[in-house]
Amino acid sequence: MNATFLVLSAFLASTVEMVEALTIVLAAGLARGWRSALAGLGAATLALAVAVAALGPALTVIPLSGLRLVVGGLLLVFGLQWLRKAILRASGFKALHDEDAIFARELAEAETAARVERAGVDWYGFTLSFKGVLLEGLEVVFIVLTFGSAQGSIPLAAAGAAGAVVLVAGVGIAVRAPLARVPENAMKFAVGVLLTTFGIFWSAEGAGAHWPGSDAALLGVLAFVVAASLLLVRVLQRERRTRLETIGVEA
Amino acid sequence: MRRLRGFGRFWWDFVVGDDWLVAALVIVAIGATAAIAAAHVVAWWLLPFAVLLVLWLSLRRAVARG
Repeated sequence: MNATFLVLSAFLASTVEMVEALTIVLAAGLARGWRSALAGLGAATLALAVAVAALGPALTVIPLSGLRLVVGGLLLVFGLQWLRKAILRASGFKALHDEDAIFARELAEAETAARVERAGVDWYGFTLSFKGVLLEGLEVVFIVLTFGSAQGSIPLAAAGAAGAVVLVAGVGIAVRAPLARVPENAMKFAVGVLLTTFGIFWSAEGAGAHWPGSDAALLGVLAFVVAASLLLVRVLQRERRTRLETIGVEA
Repeated sequence: MRRLRGFGRFWWDFVVGDDWLVAALVIVAIGATAAIAAAHVVAWWLLPFAVLLVLWLSLRRAVARG
């Protein structure tokens, strides 16, 4: 059961991040040329591979209880960031993530930037693509390494992430447009819930607490986090409606 | 020095994010769980409820900030 959650979490988180990275690479490629965009993509992928190769084996030698305490705490802080934003988006207090709008903005900025050639590639296109893939990819690396090491199976988490990369890259090459139809906001909500759930579970175990029902308690924690998140969305939606009614705007 | 500060800033933003209070309260909650567990008292219930409280406080701060 935990293995299923592990792969699902890595897959969902990676899909969301790769969709965002694809938008940036597409903007860089269309506005500045594919050579610089693909060079940036390749360089960022190499940097991410080096990070995984360096940190992955190091994490496997740390004792599991200590690892779960640290990893659980990090995942909890990280997951709460995702969940907080997702709840604010779902309740209307934060604008929904719009891949088409982001693509249009990135494209407009890339088209107007000055052209500087370095080592045969357009530097703006290279750095735009490199930074986009590296930053989005770092979150994937973080999730794969933390989930994988705490669960004792980095390859399984990596398989979930690799599946997402192949899927998004394949669809991206096929449609050559931002994947705006991917339900990103719902997926970000799901990732926030899963990261928070695993964060609670592992950090409590790492701190020395024992879950009733052992690993099966993960389902209970998941149900609790889902219910609490939906309740918070409902409460904030009601608050926003009241605010809008107060200032005379129909929600 | 500026690069070092930028590097630190990046990792702070990456892990801690918009609201430092979340990270601070999570550390306190994990510490409290460890203390209760060390006293051989059932401790698993603390983190889920602490997370609910932390999330609520952080959302209130975000809403208040607009």
